[in-house]
Amino acid sequence: MNGWQTLLYKETLRFWKVAFQTIAGPVLTAMLYLLIFGHALEDHVKVYNQISYTAFLVPGLAMMSLLQNAFANSSSSLIMSKVMGNLVFLLLTPLNFVHWFIAYVGASVLRGIVVGVGVFVISAPFAEMQFAAPLWILIFALMGAALMGTLGLIAGLWAEKFDQLAAFQNFVVMPMTFLSGVFYSIHSLPPFWQGVSHFNPFFYMIDGFRYGFFGVSDVSPWLSFGVVGATLLVVSILCLYLLRSGYKIRS
Amino acid sequence: MHAISFQSISKSYRQSAPASGVSAGSAASQNQLLALDGVSLDVEEGEFIGLLGPNGAGKTTMISLLAGLTRPTSGSVSVLGHDVQADYAQARRMLGVVPQELVFDPFFNVRELLRIQSGYFGVKNNNAWVDELLESLGLADKAGANMRQLSGGMKRRVLVAQALVHKPPVIVLDEPTAGVDVELRQTLWQFIDKLNKKGHTVLLTTHYLEEAEALCGRIAMLQQGRLVALDKTSDLLKSASSNVLRFKVDGELPAELARQARITGRIVQLPAHDAIEVERFLAQVREAGLIAQDVELRKADLEDVFLDVMTRGRNAAIPDANPKEVRA
Repeated sequence: MNGWQTLLYKETLRFWKVAFQTIAGPVLTAMLYLLIFGHALEDHVKVYNQISYTAFLVPGLAMMSLLQNAFANSSSSLIMSKVMGNLVFLLLTPLNFVHWFIAYVGASVLRGIVVGVGVFVISAPFAEMQFAAPLWILIFALMGAALMGTLGLIAGLWAEKFDQLAAFQNFVVMPMTFLSGVFYSIHSLPPFWQGVSHFNPFFYMIDGFRYGFFGVSDVSPWLSFGVVGATLLVVSILCLYLLRSGYKIRS
Repeated sequence: MHAISFQSISKSYRQSAPASGVSAGSAASQNQLLALDGVSLDVEEGEFIGLLGPNGAGKTTMISLLAGLTRPTSGSVSVLGHDVQADYAQARRMLGVVPQELVFDPFFNVRELLRIQSGYFGVKNNNAWVDELLESLGLADKAGANMRQLSGGMKRRVLVAQALVHKPPVIVLDEPTAGVDVELRQTLWQFIDKLNKKGHTVLLTTHYLEEAEALCGRIAMLQQGRLVALDKTSDLLKSASSNVLRFKVDGELPAELARQARITGRIVQLPAHDAIEVERFLAQVREAGLIAQDVELRKADLEDVFLDVMTRGRNAAIPDANPKEVRA
């Protein structure tokens, strides 16, 4: 293995060693959402024709877990290394900012995908699932995980303490995921909130992902692809710039 | 080619809390903490050099600049001809740094950490070297232990091993023996000495001056970000022509003596240049109604030289007091 591959391996091994907490935990949480919301709302909420509420919920939960865990992986790894001080071992190596980016985001994508697949595999038997456009499923899963891994890397660079990172997670990531249409189709919202949802990039990730399963969605998958792709590009450029300048890691 | 070369390095840090009630102009200058002020230092290949100075003198800043953890405000640093900024990848391959803080990654065991650290440098198949490191540093039976389970001294050994996985020709040790027991100090110095004899260049900072005296061929002393002494260890010791009068005493020393003395509990040490001075000191002790016990006269050691240099530095704290000919 060369340098960046080693860092990717180390970042993957890090979450794998505590898989109970980093994979099993989030899968269980998603299951609870499915059982409780599915049970309570199955007969009350109507989403697109012919799709049961539980079936509608499954991809949303899988994507939500994928996004949250991709974010958690890079951000918590980096902040922990900063607080513990062991980031110095990485700073002393010849690895450049592109290597850092690929390795941290790569491990985040891996963890996001593993959790997402876990949630899907366990929850799919509760509903009748379809795979209308599998390629879209893959594309949105990868782009969503990469976007969140990159955001997590930025948050990890910016935060100096665990509570700053927790604030980012609680006040930015959580509201945006919950208000993105995981639990409802935004067509059921009043016009104002429908409008607001269109400014939330998370909405497009989940909507596009869901299109891959049912072939129907709130907006066109191409629009979602464009918005998510553009967001990923902007966030990646920002992240690479911060890494290159040594933002908060080299003085 | 120099193993390490600092070329008129300055480094100022912005201090976080601005002083209140100062005018804007002076506040700006006051908020800049000048950690290093025009330091130049060249280290030859194969040298064992000690970097000494009180806390806050700039030793760790120099090491951080060398390691690329910090960027200089002005000046340049290179390792074996590779600039640490422009050609950082090569410079870092040449460099092994043992950080001062006892930091560790709690997710891995010792062998995993060493394998990972090797991988960052693209070093493959170095199991024999990793085994030698574990053996030489007394870590062989801890190879499978998680970092969290290790004692402070063991963690320190792992830090040293991590810095050496890629067999760097230049080794930097930032206070490696702070808070470390005698056994590890001996193991560590034997090993580092062996590497030095094989041709590795070693830069060491320490507060244990007897270690520096025993190990380092050359000594650089820093004070408030300036290089105040740089010479062969033997020449530094020779330059301190004085002897030291050492005795024990119960009770308080007269103020005049106390000013010149190094006092550790009951032990008093006074630099004395000749027999007349020795007689005068002892007379002053007697006149104060004290009895000097265990009296001995010894040659000045590096600690005496160090204190002497630091005292002179403080007394001559005028801006142009930087000594000439500080570069070797």
